[in-house]
Amino acid sequence: MSDPTPKIVTANWGNPEVFGIDGYTAAGGYEALRAALEMTPADLIDVVKASGLRGRGGAGFPTGVKWSFVPQGTGKPTYVVANFDESEPGTFNNREIVEREPHRFLEGVAIASYAVQSHHAFVYCRGEFLWPGEILETAIRDAYAKGVFGESVLGSGYALDVVLHKGAGAYICGEETALLSSLEGYRGQPRLRPPFPAVEGLYASPTLINNVETLANVASILTNGPEWFAGIGTEKSPGTKVFSVSGKVERPGNYELPMGTPLRTVLEAAGGVLGGAALKAWTPGGSSTPMLTAEHQDVGLDFESVAAAGSLLGTGAIIVMDESDCIVEAARRLVQFYAHESCGKCTPCREGTWWVSRVLGRIEHGYGREEDLPLLDELGRNILFKAFCALADGAVSPIESSLKHFRHEYEAHIAERRCPFTGKGPGTEPEPDPDPEMSEVPA
Amino acid sequence: MAVLGDDDRRVAEAIIARYPEGRARSAVLPLLYLVQSVEGSVTRDGLREVAELLGITTAEVEAVASFYTMLRLRPTGTHVISVCTNLSCALRGAADVFEAAHEATGVELGEETSADGAFTIHEEECLGACDAAPVVQIDFANHDRVTPERVAELVESLRSGEVPEPSRGRAPKDFRHASRVLASAEEPA
Repeated sequence: MSDPTPKIVTANWGNPEVFGIDGYTAAGGYEALRAALEMTPADLIDVVKASGLRGRGGAGFPTGVKWSFVPQGTGKPTYVVANFDESEPGTFNNREIVEREPHRFLEGVAIASYAVQSHHAFVYCRGEFLWPGEILETAIRDAYAKGVFGESVLGSGYALDVVLHKGAGAYICGEETALLSSLEGYRGQPRLRPPFPAVEGLYASPTLINNVETLANVASILTNGPEWFAGIGTEKSPGTKVFSVSGKVERPGNYELPMGTPLRTVLEAAGGVLGGAALKAWTPGGSSTPMLTAEHQDVGLDFESVAAAGSLLGTGAIIVMDESDCIVEAARRLVQFYAHESCGKCTPCREGTWWVSRVLGRIEHGYGREEDLPLLDELGRNILFKAFCALADGAVSPIESSLKHFRHEYEAHIAERRCPFTGKGPGTEPEPDPDPEMSEVPA
Repeated sequence: MAVLGDDDRRVAEAIIARYPEGRARSAVLPLLYLVQSVEGSVTRDGLREVAELLGITTAEVEAVASFYTMLRLRPTGTHVISVCTNLSCALRGAADVFEAAHEATGVELGEETSADGAFTIHEEECLGACDAAPVVQIDFANHDRVTPERVAELVESLRSGEVPEPSRGRAPKDFRHASRVLASAEEPA
């Protein structure tokens, strides 16, 4: 009988000693790297492929396959970039991984680098993560001092340099091609694919980009074997997920549970809905994933099951809303986020998110019109899949899913000419952002 | 007038040396943090000096600087108070914290910086600490589960010259110091 709640990424979180390199090493840390260095890169990639590990940053692409796409013998340097630009609203597992056990993540960086035969790795750390950035600076310095990084990794003769690079406040830089633009010293705007980063990434050279949680799984896969990992979770989504649970729950936090665990169980782990209120809505994987409802509590949280329920697993960031929360206001606030974070490159995203946030604003404040709902439907259709990168598609998730599951709340706002939850409306509030254009509904 | 003194020029060279040869441009963000740490915001002189160090135009540097919210091209308070109002924090009362931060600092709603130049308030998007909602950062040091009363206390202690203890890690003494940490121009803790 296998352990019903195996821990991988968070296994050592009860032991504060693993924060530093000595404690981490004493707990068996960097042994997986030592074992990896005795394998051929091809064998190492095969182990990760066999484990079935999929990227934890949102897209769920098979990690071993991604590693195998990085070409060898191109005559150019190969780069590894760890994506620690964690900014998807509701997501905070990468941060806690680094704050508790930075070397587990860095060991994954070193193993991935060896697998693709890279000698230069960058960690792109979100600028606002001031303290996690300092933690990584110390951890990287200690890893050099102990011979884990540098000229000869653990005495193997394989050389690896690891450089920390800090962002400066831009959600879009979590998108991998925007991240590369930012790391090269440009505005963080996404690039057209192909060419894919594996072939032409950083400095137009072969580049592997992985998320922090993904990399934090790698050492345990080598230590325990790919079959062990594949035996956890579901067949197509093996392993665990560190779910970031926030909003209206008793104990917000990160909870590592097997892939496929139903929301109901995750909510129980977090102490249930705050104050015993009724669940109204939740996101399975951050603000970019369509919200689901109380009817979806038995949906298993793995890539396939969540997709079958009409959403996405994303980053596993579960934002919980209860019966007292206004869905129109929630959607409005999320779309305001996308309007703010749109890099401005693509018109449907730049203009569309701005218009939608204004239409949602007037509905929320009791100034909505009947024609606003078909207008929102249409605006959503004109943004979805019409831009370079997934930011625009993410913006459509709260719009479409809230209209799909909670259209009655929109209708109530318009019919009552106020927010039914706050009571605010024309009697108490001025019209937000009134301007002559807004009174004309586009034909 | 040069923004960077001789010591900081050496720091700038060390920053550029972190990146592969011929890829100096990658150092633009840390160098912008470095000039910001000297002047309290990124000024024309700062942009020009970063451009000079990298061998690119001032316009190219400004194009980068204007993209990122943590690089401030306008006069900025001694302390930057970032209040997350995104969904997870909003569900836990962030709107009241945001309002209280304005009241305590004297920053008018819709404005950024207080008349006395002590505080800038930034309405923040998700800070990646939603388990501790509502989240406030003071000069990028985290304060967890902040109430309207707590944000007023934090502002009061900043006014009296104290650096409030953050929920995790260490706190920079002001926004300039934070920019220096962001440039990795200081020994890590």
